[in-house]
Amino acid sequence: MIRLEFIYALGGLLFLTVAVLEFLDRANPKRYRKTTFWGIYGITFLFGSVLPPFATGCLVILMVLVTGWKDLGASKVKTTTETERRQSAARLRDKLFIPALCIPLVTFLGTLLLPKIAINGQALAAAKDSTLVSLGLSVIVALVAALWLFRQRFITSLHEGRRLLTAVGTVAVLPQLLAALGALFAAAGVGQVVSEGVTRFIPADATFLVIVAFTVGMALFTMIMGNAFAAFPVMVAGIGLPLIVHKLGGDPAIMAALGMLSGYCGTLMTPMAANFNIVPAALLELPDKNGVVKVQIPTGLILLAVNTLLMYFLVFRF
Amino acid sequence: MLTLIGVLIVIIGFALRVNPLLVVTVAGIATGVAGGLSPVAIVSDFGRAFTENRYVGLVWLTLPVIGLLERSGLKERAQELISRIQSATSGRVLLLYLAIRQLTASIGLTSLGGQAQMVRPLIAPMAEAAAEARFGELPDKTRYLILAHAAAVDNVGVFFGEDIFLAMGSVLLIKGFLDGNGIHLTPLHIALWAIPTAIAVFIIHGARLLLLDRRLSKQFKDRKT
Repeated sequence: MIRLEFIYALGGLLFLTVAVLEFLDRANPKRYRKTTFWGIYGITFLFGSVLPPFATGCLVILMVLVTGWKDLGASKVKTTTETERRQSAARLRDKLFIPALCIPLVTFLGTLLLPKIAINGQALAAAKDSTLVSLGLSVIVALVAALWLFRQRFITSLHEGRRLLTAVGTVAVLPQLLAALGALFAAAGVGQVVSEGVTRFIPADATFLVIVAFTVGMALFTMIMGNAFAAFPVMVAGIGLPLIVHKLGGDPAIMAALGMLSGYCGTLMTPMAANFNIVPAALLELPDKNGVVKVQIPTGLILLAVNTLLMYFLVFRF
Repeated sequence: MLTLIGVLIVIIGFALRVNPLLVVTVAGIATGVAGGLSPVAIVSDFGRAFTENRYVGLVWLTLPVIGLLERSGLKERAQELISRIQSATSGRVLLLYLAIRQLTASIGLTSLGGQAQMVRPLIAPMAEAAAEARFGELPDKTRYLILAHAAAVDNVGVFFGEDIFLAMGSVLLIKGFLDGNGIHLTPLHIALWAIPTAIAVFIIHGARLLLLDRRLSKQFKDRKT
């Protein structure tokens, strides 16, 4: 059985390798801080489930402190020039797509098949972990294919990994930090405060206003928490069930489905949903980390209005 | 009200463009203190959630492969292919991907796509190349806009596709929560009501992609080949 922990260890090894490469590059500005940052990140991946949470917490805070006020900046790593890439593209042609397609295809097939294939009565991967385990395996398959097809050395892939990871920068760890913030929000009861605030301002018999308060509340609360799943129970318990379903007689399935989808409109519009919005911006090396959010805001707003109207016209009809 | 101090710190910190890692960490500590948690509990909560959410960081595993592909000319090859298709535009390439992403997600195939798996190595270069084939070299600002749109299409497609699939986390969360409140629904009943929104978002976002094409044609009308 391939445990998720094995894939985390792979990630840890990659980050530790980047830390070593950062350290070995003497011309690298902020060399020690970069080494510390990626080194700690690697340790939290390798030993995360063994370390006590308090120790991990201390390491994470130390890791944040070495980044200082501004990002540490990308490291200069030698790669090919545009002319070289054009020549290589002309030579390799469509072979170039094989490793690229390996990643989504192997991830997809693995997700379907790994939980079904059993050896000695044990599935190759647990169903809940199968996508992540398959993603890890797909990277290995794609890497082997790329090294073989392009006649490259393994060390080159590590240098390339360093080039791209430092281009993403320290924002790479932001989604995990935001998840930690969400946990503290939940522990401190931020949800209750927000839902009390929203419910206090709406007259319970003004049907349209109740619907607006619910859909817009879902979107806003999702924007704060960065996650519609965190907003859903609070808003449904605060407005959806007591007002829309019980008091006004609305259909619970429509209320819940459109409520959740209104939350998703919020996800499109917030930097707090970092793995969807900030990570891609970093991955595509956009200078404006909010570039993706900005493009999504018009769709998010229009769709929120559509959801509100859909709920208003449908929820009392079925 | 004091518990909202973390939200305030995040808003101000992000607006002032302070290092986001620092902002989030300070906001977390402040929220914990305002909520009456002990320092050890705050740090432990932080560490526990950071570890539990390691899965988000697995996306970086793809970087060594993507780097190899890029240095070997994947983007250049994608550009060459796309430029041979006369009718290809950035908006149309992305519209096609939006349709595929929404449809596959709606039958549960959410892993057939994603920012690191599909967008960075394939979709973004193709969308960029389609515009370059028409208008020649693009100014950075335009390039960044097309890339941001490529990332947005993946998000929009998966968010509003997956809710139609019965076994998806969101549908099961809704079912579980309503069950806990004495309202029993089948997943089918919940997933059905995600369809109108899925159609609406395809029309809205699709129209915006076609508008992107028009905007590019207008911006570069003297360069059209």
